[in-house]
Amino acid sequence: MSTIRGRSLLSLSDLTRDDLIEVLDAAESFVEVHRRTVKKVPALRGRVVASLFYEESTRTRLSFETAAKRLSADVLSLAVASSSVKKGESLRDTIATIEALGIDAVVLRHRASGAAEQVARYVPDVRVINAGDGQHQHPTQGLLDAFTVRQVLAERQGARGSETGSALFAGLHVLIVGDIRHSRVARSDIDAYAALGAEIRVVAPPTLLPPGIETWPVQVVDRLDDTLEWADIVSLLRLQHERGTGRFVPSLAEFTATFGLTVERLTRVRPEALIMHPGPINRGVELDAAVADAPAAVITRQVANGVPIRMAVLFLTIAGNREDEP
Amino acid sequence: MRVLIRGGLVVGRQAALADVLVADGRVHEVGPSLSARGASVIDAEGCWVGPAFVDLHTHLREPGNEDAETIESGARAGAVGGYGALVAMPNTDPALDSVAAVRFVLEVGRRAAIDVAAAASITVGRRGQDLTAMAELVEIGVRLFTDDGTAVRDPAVLRRALTYARPLGVRIAEHAEDADLVGDGVMNEGTWSGRLGLTGRPAVAELVTVLRDIELARETGGSLHILHVSTAAALAAIVRARREGVDVTTEVTPHHLTLDESACASYDANFKVNPPLRTAADVAALQRALRDGEIDAVATDHAPHAPETKDQAFDEAPAGVLGLEHAAALTLEALGGLGSDPQRFFDLLSRRPAALAGLRGPRCPQGLGQHGGWVELGDEAHLVVFDPRRQWVVDRATLQSRARNTPYHGREMTGRAVVTMVGGRVVARDGAPA
Ligand SMILES: [Zn+2]
Repeated sequence: MSTIRGRSLLSLSDLTRDDLIEVLDAAESFVEVHRRTVKKVPALRGRVVASLFYEESTRTRLSFETAAKRLSADVLSLAVASSSVKKGESLRDTIATIEALGIDAVVLRHRASGAAEQVARYVPDVRVINAGDGQHQHPTQGLLDAFTVRQVLAERQGARGSETGSALFAGLHVLIVGDIRHSRVARSDIDAYAALGAEIRVVAPPTLLPPGIETWPVQVVDRLDDTLEWADIVSLLRLQHERGTGRFVPSLAEFTATFGLTVERLTRVRPEALIMHPGPINRGVELDAAVADAPAAVITRQVANGVPIRMAVLFLTIAGNREDEP
Repeated sequence: MRVLIRGGLVVGRQAALADVLVADGRVHEVGPSLSARGASVIDAEGCWVGPAFVDLHTHLREPGNEDAETIESGARAGAVGGYGALVAMPNTDPALDSVAAVRFVLEVGRRAAIDVAAAASITVGRRGQDLTAMAELVEIGVRLFTDDGTAVRDPAVLRRALTYARPLGVRIAEHAEDADLVGDGVMNEGTWSGRLGLTGRPAVAELVTVLRDIELARETGGSLHILHVSTAAALAAIVRARREGVDVTTEVTPHHLTLDESACASYDANFKVNPPLRTAADVAALQRALRDGEIDAVATDHAPHAPETKDQAFDEAPAGVLGLEHAAALTLEALGGLGSDPQRFFDLLSRRPAALAGLRGPRCPQGLGQHGGWVELGDEAHLVVFDPRRQWVVDRATLQSRARNTPYHGREMTGRAVVTMVGGRVVARDGAPA
């Protein structure tokens, strides 16, 4: 049974391989919509999607809102990061207010881990799509990362991603580098790649590894230099030093020297490997500026795939039933 | 007024089936088949009859946060839970750091359903610097001092407190978590916190403070009480120190005995508490120690919070859960249910906490009753009739507390105080105030 259709998307941890492939395949069909002159399908006509960003992220918000509009949904965009929160209105009150407006789904970004779970409890009849909650999960980022990997690898074989199912992930070497501890992207990525059958290694200063990492489906490597050649995918994470996570390492310069993807290290990455970053990049910290522009980097592809993945998620969670196929 | 408690298992020096006749606020007679003439009768068949419970650790929130609880409502919650007395914690607003503040609580408490004793803070304003007027506070009945909520951060201050308190015969009680190691943690640090993306409070934060405090108690000869011990490692350190002759006692909460960190996966702030819910292995170790008699008392750490404050993101909501109304059932559960030893049950919920609170024996403060007795002729009649088979479901809507932050809403409990009696007067019956 599908656990994604007609359900809230709070985390990737409870999705099966079939669920993930269903989303990736749907996203692929929406990439084609994007190539048309009329970039709109009526799939969610008459449905209302509220976008509620308690933490400003213009890129993610626009990506979701564009996706909703392309599906013909009405979008209710609440700039809560600047308005009602400051007046002390609780998350529950805000949700109650917008629920009264008859929304079908809410896209939620919040600084607190678990905020999406809480909202889903408040409004059980509304689909909740987690657009990033604290240090917990960022499901659509995990999905679009997996989608991008499959898309690029399939193209190399002259195939469409959907023709390959999950085959390209089997035994794929995914290396995740940097601040795993504070990263919601890392948690969603690891859930997705693990369910799809990839082999995952993480490399980070021990202070930036989450407690209990030994129970995760990953292998921890101490030194980046020891594992660069192993990787098919090098996925870099943003070091959120503006939130004080810089205190977990002696200095940014030392982090870059030991865990940054420098131009020198790039020469030891296998030529066919892909370099990924969820953005926004701290150039000169996680990676050298030149590395972001190297041919192996698929960072702009990741950004471009944001809209079709979010169309797929909105469509599957809201419309749900197979009869509503686009 | 005479009351006959008929047919229960009376848990005194021995546990034996007997009737208890209460007259003029005291135990008048204990024995088989007593006459009911002139007395109202409480049927206690199948029940345990023992000293009413005594809570070492209740946050009554008055003065300062009466939206969450008042002395009156907290005492009512206690009565319903089988308690005859409780010790009000001093982290109110203002803190109970002066004779005037403590007097206020004791005076309001005099009108409450059960006996209300008060702990005072170790330092003025709980700021961890200057000692409160301990000797004067002892004069008006304070027997426990604590800056609960946090540990005394400066070891020199704690050392001074242990030393100063020694001749006063009172105990220094510590919330043993190192503030620096705890940081802004909101749940136990471990596999669950890592997966949930919540900042952890490591177990070692409890251990290092317990070890520090034990060494200071050993060196000063002072009397130390570790509040709400939550980890196997800290508990082992306490047990070891006690064998070595250090005067250290400890308590455990019902929630640390029955819930583990996995409950936080719901992100429901009703499971947020300090110290945090720990691992399943810690829970098992606490239960084992409880049965083995290595823990002095079950103390609730009853911590009411107004509903809107708990209804926030997990990391923003205040820590603390309600305890008084379900502590006894959970203690029974942790002890092993119906087959557990009723003596141990009353030792943990009544006799030892009464002794630690100074509510038993010659040092019992004026105006408060003698609690934790043996149910013998002449005892003040602070009694509970506890039905270890009674099944009931926790419903937050029907709690006596003003707050609703129970982590057990909807959970079926076995065991309930069916009658609570203070000074021979029935103060609660079948889950409702009398
Ligand atoms: Zn405490």
